[in-house]
This record gives sequence, C-alpha cells and structure tokens, in this order.
Amino acid sequence: MTRRQYVTGMIAMALAGVIFILPFVFIFLTAMKTKKDASLLTFTWPKEWHLAQNFLDVLKTQNYQLLLAYFNSSVITVGAVAMLIVFGALVGYVLQRRQSRWNNLIFGAVLVGLIVPPAVVPTIWVMQGLHLFKTIHGMIFIQVAYGLAFSVLLYRSFIATIPRDLDEAAIIDGARPLQVFFKVILPLLKPVTVTLIVVQSIAIFNDFTNPLYYLPGKDNVTVQLTLFNFQSQFVSQFNLLFMNILLVTIPPLIVFIFFNRQIVAGMTAGAVKG
Amino acid sequence: MKERPSPYPYWFVLPAAVIFVTLFLVPTVASFWFSLTRWDLFTTTFIGLDNYRQFFKEPQLTRSLFNTVVYAVITSGTKSVLGLLLAVALTSGLWGQGFLRTVVFFPVLVSTIGVGITFATLMHPTKGLINVSLAAIGLDGPGWLTNATLAIYSVAMIDLWKGIGLATVIYIAGLSAISPDYYEAARIDGATRMQQFWRVTVPLVRPATVTVVTLSLIGGLRSFDLIWATTRGGPGFSSDVLASVIYKQYQAGFYGLSTAGNVILFLMIAVIILPLTWWFNRREVDL
Amino acid sequence: MRLYPSAALLAAFALSAGFAHADTTLSLLVGNGGPDFVGLQALADAYHAAHPEVSFEIEQRPSGADGDNIVKTRLATGEMSDVFLYNSGSLFQAMKPTDTLVDLTDLANQANVLDSFKSVVTGTDGKIYGIPIGPAMGGGILYNKKIYADLGLSVPKTWADFMANNEKIKAGGKVPVIQTYGDTWTSQLFVLADFFNVQAAVPGFAADYTGNKAKYAATPAAMAGFQHQEDVFKAGYLNADFGAAKLDDGLTMLAMGEGAHYPMLTFAVANIKQNNPDKLADVGLFAQPGADAAHNGLTVWMPAGLYIPKTSKNIDEAKKFLDFVATTEACDIQTKANGATGPYLVKGCTLPSDVPAVVADMMPYFQADGMTAPALEFLSPVKGPSLEQITVEVGSGIRPAADGAALYDQDVEKQAKQLGLPNW
Repeated sequence: MTRRQYVTGMIAMALAGVIFILPFVFIFLTAMKTKKDASLLTFTWPKEWHLAQNFLDVLKTQNYQLLLAYFNSSVITVGAVAMLIVFGALVGYVLQRRQSRWNNLIFGAVLVGLIVPPAVVPTIWVMQGLHLFKTIHGMIFIQVAYGLAFSVLLYRSFIATIPRDLDEAAIIDGARPLQVFFKVILPLLKPVTVTLIVVQSIAIFNDFTNPLYYLPGKDNVTVQLTLFNFQSQFVSQFNLLFMNILLVTIPPLIVFIFFNRQIVAGMTAGAVKG
Repeated sequence: MKERPSPYPYWFVLPAAVIFVTLFLVPTVASFWFSLTRWDLFTTTFIGLDNYRQFFKEPQLTRSLFNTVVYAVITSGTKSVLGLLLAVALTSGLWGQGFLRTVVFFPVLVSTIGVGITFATLMHPTKGLINVSLAAIGLDGPGWLTNATLAIYSVAMIDLWKGIGLATVIYIAGLSAISPDYYEAARIDGATRMQQFWRVTVPLVRPATVTVVTLSLIGGLRSFDLIWATTRGGPGFSSDVLASVIYKQYQAGFYGLSTAGNVILFLMIAVIILPLTWWFNRREVDL
Repeated sequence: MRLYPSAALLAAFALSAGFAHADTTLSLLVGNGGPDFVGLQALADAYHAAHPEVSFEIEQRPSGADGDNIVKTRLATGEMSDVFLYNSGSLFQAMKPTDTLVDLTDLANQANVLDSFKSVVTGTDGKIYGIPIGPAMGGGILYNKKIYADLGLSVPKTWADFMANNEKIKAGGKVPVIQTYGDTWTSQLFVLADFFNVQAAVPGFAADYTGNKAKYAATPAAMAGFQHQEDVFKAGYLNADFGAAKLDDGLTMLAMGEGAHYPMLTFAVANIKQNNPDKLADVGLFAQPGADAAHNGLTVWMPAGLYIPKTSKNIDEAKKFLDFVATTEACDIQTKANGATGPYLVKGCTLPSDVPAVVADMMPYFQADGMTAPALEFLSPVKGPSLEQITVEVGSGIRPAADGAALYDQDVEKQAKQLGLPNW
C-alpha cells in the first residue's frame, strides 16, 4: 500500500465518520436515554443507560405489534425478492438477446413502470376482484409489479456484458433455453443479482406507503407502519422513537452485512474472469 | 431446413407480464380515465379536461415545478458524478476501503421515515445537533427545514446523504465488470491516470452510468417520501414538489384532480427521460 | 430461522387469547395516541365488562390529514371497521355519509343528544349518522395566569388590549405568543377561533360563504383573523423556534411560564394534565378578542362522532354500543379516563366540581346566552384543505395576510366543487 493510499484513506475515514456515522451515533445514543434526557436532543452520553428498558417498552407497545410486523415484513420481502430476481432476469435476458419488434413495447412498459406513480384506488379494486386485497401474498405481488421495472433495467444492462458466444456454445451442446438461462447466464450475473437482492430487499422492507394502502388491518402491520404510528404514540418520547428506528434498521443491516461479503466475492470473481 | 425455435423464447416474459399488467398497467390505464372525471370514489361525473385546467390554475404550480426540477437535477447530478468518483476511490486500494464501502452504504439501509425523523431532529433550528455545533464555533445556523428558501435544498442534501451509497455500489458493480487488461494496455501505451479514467473507465462503466442517471433522475422527479417525512411540503408550500402537491390533493379527497396531476407528472418525466434513454441506447456498446 | 417467526406469531396470538372466546368482536378505528383513544378504550372496557359476549379490537390510525385519507379510502373500498371515530361538521360531510354510513336517527338514546350536535352529524337527507364522543372544545387563547399576575395584566377584551399586553410581556422578558408550526394544524387557530367575532359583525357570513357570495378576502371582519396572524409575527412576539416547535413543546412552554399566550383548543388541557400536572392551575383561557369589547365570545368546536359504515357485518351490536355511548354513564367514564376538559353533548352529563382552570374559565361562556358560536366548519361544509399551510405562511411572514385570505378563497373553491355545491 502506498503512502498516498494510506493518507487518503485516513482522511476519507475521518470525513466518512462525520458525515455518515455521526447521525447513527446520535440515533444510538438517544435510543439509550431516559425520556427526559432524550427530550433535550443533545449529543451527549446517556446519563443512565436504559437499553433494555427502552427495548422492551418499544417491543411491548400495542401488544407486541413490532414482532408481528417483523414477521410480515420479512415474508413479504423474501417472497417478492425471489420473484423479482427470477422474473426480472428472464425478461432482461430476452429483451437483450432477442431482436424483435416486441422489444420496444416491453422496454416502453419498463419505462412506464419506472415513471408512472401507481394509481391506488383502481389497484385496490383490481385486487379486491382477484381476492388479493389485504393479503400478504397480494402485497408480495404488488411489490413484484412495482419492482420489476428496476430489476429488468438492471439485468438488461448487465447481460449486455456477457458475450453471446457462451450462449451459442451451450446451445450447440444441446442445452434447452431454460437450461441455457439457469446454468450459463444466471451464475454469471452474480454481482448484479447480489446487488439487486440487497437493494430490493431493503427497498421492500423499508416500504411504507404501499402496505399502508394495500395491506390495512391490525394483523397486517409491517415494520414501517409501526414506526409511522409510533411517531404520534411517542410524540414526546424521543428515546423510544429512536429505539424504534434502531430496531427497524437491524434486519436490513443484517442482510447487508451478510451479502457484503458476497458482493465482494462476486466482484473479484468477475474481475479475474475478464 | 426447419427453422429452430429461438433460444430466447417469448414465454420467458410471461410470469412477469401477468403480474405487471394486472397489478400495474390495468389500474394505471383506468386512472387515466378517472383523471377526466370528478371522482369522489363513489360517483363519477365526466368533466373532460376541467381537472387539468384546475391543476394548472393551482397557485403553487410554478413553485412546485421549479422545486421538482431543481431537486431532481441536484440529486441526480450529484449522485451520478460523486457516485462514480467515490466508487473509483473505493476500488483503488485505499486503507480501510472495505470498511468505507460499508459505511457509505449504511444510510441506504434506514427507512425514509427513519431518516426523515432523524434529520428533522438534527436540523431543529435551536435544539438540533447541527445548529448547536455551529453555535459552538460561533456561527448562527439557519432554519434548515423551517426557512422557506432553504427547505427544499436541505431536503435534497438529506436525499444525497441517503442515496449516494446506492449509486456508489452500482458503480462499483459496474467497475468490477471492466477487465484489468484494458487498464494494463492503457498503461503500456503510457496513459496517465487521468487519461485512463476518461478513456477506459468512463466508457466501459456506461451500463452503470445509464442506470444511475436514469433511476436517480426519475426518482428525483417523483420524489415524495423524504419530502413528506421532513417538511410535508412546508413551511407553507415552499418545499412542495409535484408529487407532494398531488398527494395533498389525494388526501383532501380530490381524486380526479390528483389523478390528473399524476398524468401530468408522468408526461413531464417522460418528456425528460425518453429522449435521454434514446440517446443512451444509441451509443450502447455490445461486447 | 423458521421457528422464530412462528414463535413470534404464537406470542402475539397468546396475548390476545383473552379476546378469543367472545361471541361478537367489534372493530374500532380511532386516531392514535391522545384523549380520543384513551376515552374510547375506557368505553370499550366498560361495555365489555357489562356485556362479556361483546369484545373489542381497537385499531389506531394516524391523525390529521393522513388520517382523513385513510378513513376515506377505507370507506370507499368497504374496508372500514365496525365503528370508527371521526370529526363532525364539514369533514363529516366530506365522507358522503348518505352513501357510506348507517342511519342512526332511530337509536333509542338519540333523544339524549343535544340538538347542536345533531345538526353537525346530519346528512343532506336529514338523517342523523353519528353519536358524540368526548366533550365540546373551545377555541381561544390559553394564557399563563402567573405571568399575568406578575405583570399586573388583565384579560383583554379587544385585540388592541391583547397587543398592549403582549408588548408588556415582551418587555418583561417572556415570549408573548407561542406558535408551533411543527404541527401545522395548530397554525389555524387565529383564523378559525375568530369566527365568533366574524359572526357578530356579519351575521349572514356562513350562509353566504356556502353559497359562494361571501369571501374571506372581501370581508374585512373575516380577514381580521389572517391580519392578526401577520401582526403578531411582524411585532416579533413569537418564540424563536416557532417554525419547528410542536404542540407539546408549545404547551410545555406555556405551562412552565416561558410563554404567555397560546391560541389553542381546550382539549389540549389533557396534555398539560399528563405532562405538567402541577402547573395545571397556572393555565387559563380567554376567548379570542375582536374589535368590539361588547361582543366577546368563544368559538366552539363540536366533539368527534362515532359512526357505523354500511359495510359493517355487526351493525346491530355496533348500534347497541353507540347507544351506550350516548348516556350519562358513558360521560362519567370518559371524565374518569381523560379528566374534565369541557361540556358533553349528551343531556344530563355533568362535570365534577374540581375541573382544571381552563375548563373553569370556559364554562361561563357556555352558561350565558349568546357567548358562544360554533366554528365555521360546523355551519358550512366548505373548508379548504390547505388552510393550515396558508396560515403557516402568513404567520412566518412568507405571505401577506391579504394574499393569504385570497389564496384560501381559491383553495375553498376546489372543496365546494368536489362536494357538488350549487352556485360554484
């Protein structure tokens, strides 16, 4: 490592520390304080550490609503992301490889999917007609519908970097289209897939407005909804509010830490292959 | 000889298409119809283009259009440029770069409401950490979110804090797809680091650039969650963007008007993005 | 990993096991936190104790404009709970009650409900759709009695007196007027609480307003509210953090004696009781003064109503519950839960003798004739959705008062057209 890399690294760390880490430290410290201490909103070490107390208080609110919310949000996220990866890659693949008139139509649909804000009430009517309204699986389909455009766009861009020779080679070897896709293409898309898993699962887990409309009902709470509701609940209890933010950020954090290694591994693998 | 069926069959598109069409396209098309009506969810009265006329008479329209464009350009532009620079820096072998990459991405993990609450607290004009720190060194911090002229820019800054990590990660994924052979060749040809950047990196990281620019621009033009979580378009109407104006109309129960606004927003984005995408597509490099 | 989520579900279910054996479960929807929720919970518990076969599931929704949205969408898509709590007056009208709600005109205890409330939950077809919950509220100026005593001030009867008091308070080193634009709805009080004075000056205003004949900008008496808001800002009487402060911040400032005046509704006394109970005696109320000392009265807000959507599956049980809420027993339960914060709209309901100072100041207005007037939203279905943003602008010096009034007139047009009112 050169001296320049070392010094620049240190400066970068300091800057990153202030800009990116400080707000988190604030959240953490405030979440540990007592109610009175937290209401001062100062950046100080807690006078008393109320970690366990605050943690339990938030958890117990509204009959352990947070636990149910965790469960619901996780199911929705995992279900939706799995479908987004497979369906999105399938479309991106066909879009990129096959030259046809339909391409423009599909690509147009993708853009529409990105640009147009969803129409809430007609969507609710459609869901009611299909008996999907207020159901977890209905919510999963909604997240897939809204997330497809992004997934397709990302996959299409990166499939462009995979040479066609690989497809041809597999076809000559007698592989059927599905096999070409799953055995040859998808593994090569690992960096993009991992990025997508991280990005989409965070986006869906953190989504607030869609469950608000399409998944109403006490048994259907999602994690963001509890945070939103607790804002008025904890209106003068900043310590509980920030503890809530902390608790709500933990699952995405876990996902990220887990996949971070995969992202790095995927990238170095791609570089070596060249 | 019989024509071989394509190895890229159309039915691959089917599962995605079914979900997308039923749950997105159909309601969207239905809403276009509703934008031409006075709709209170129970009865529909056809009123032609009245909603559109009403929308354009909206007193805050000019201001919110201005805010929308400014917000989108600032956030998208910064993410596209700064994101790439950060990605290059974080793949150049800096000390602690693994840690830095993680840290930069942290803000992406927090939900928008969480970020909104946190920064509304940090930016409180008298008690917030930012102004308290500024006061400690003798500076009088402004009302970041309570000053009418400053509010929208403050929210843009928060958006950048939250989103730069994502742009960086997408760029890093793109950079990793560039084979080191290209750099090797350039170095052998005597190219400086600057030249390597402009001649090798920028062209070959194109898929990532297109993705970041397109998505952040669309996201910026449509942005609603963060503005709502921090200022709700306030103080007054000064940080309203099109999306929040539309949402307020929806909240007030003016469904036809709100849907018309949605159509206008869609058209506006399309007018900006479509030429951009076409321009990007024309120059795509197929390896 | 898979066992954990199931365990969590089990835990959640186990906790609600107590509700699992009832014959009917009524779902209730109410705005979160606050006296509404506390009161409703107390009523539900009492009813369940008397009728064990009926149990309740209370769901909370955000309050304010977000809550309006949820109520409307749920009604439209048929997903509303069996009973829900929501405003009366113009917001009630915006729900299209004749299409969405169950007619409650023939409820046994409807006879107990005061006529003044019935008028604000009556649909365009003349049928009654709601039962009152909670007490009526006065909208005026909460003031700190200690500061008044220290500076030798007396309750102002005209706006000029009010401003003179403010000048003395400022000289005395305290904040004259507290504003809390962090909760935008609180910015409307100067305009809305002035309605008694508007009514006194222009008696036909409400009717003309509904008929698109009278406008805020063109009626000086109505404009006064906006002007007052601007004047208070211009004179530098506001607290430093007025742009970001919230309701609770404002109430604490008032209770602790840092600020002297806070335009607010009387329900807020429940907050003071919860957060600063020892200061409750220091806070009083006087009606917002106008130009004329002889005509000085309180603008009054009707309480929220309980309603039943047509789509409920338990209409009969729900009606019985609502019948219970319209009794003196229910009033007493609410007083016990929230303390006394104002007069109830059910005949025979009484308040205990030891009420907070604010309530004691408020009752004389109700007991004399002609000293109260309902707020405009209870006399006219026309209320624009953006008033709170406009008043924030006027109160922050972003927009002049005359402009603000004109802007509000424009805003109101949309609501009137949406309601399909004639003449717009």
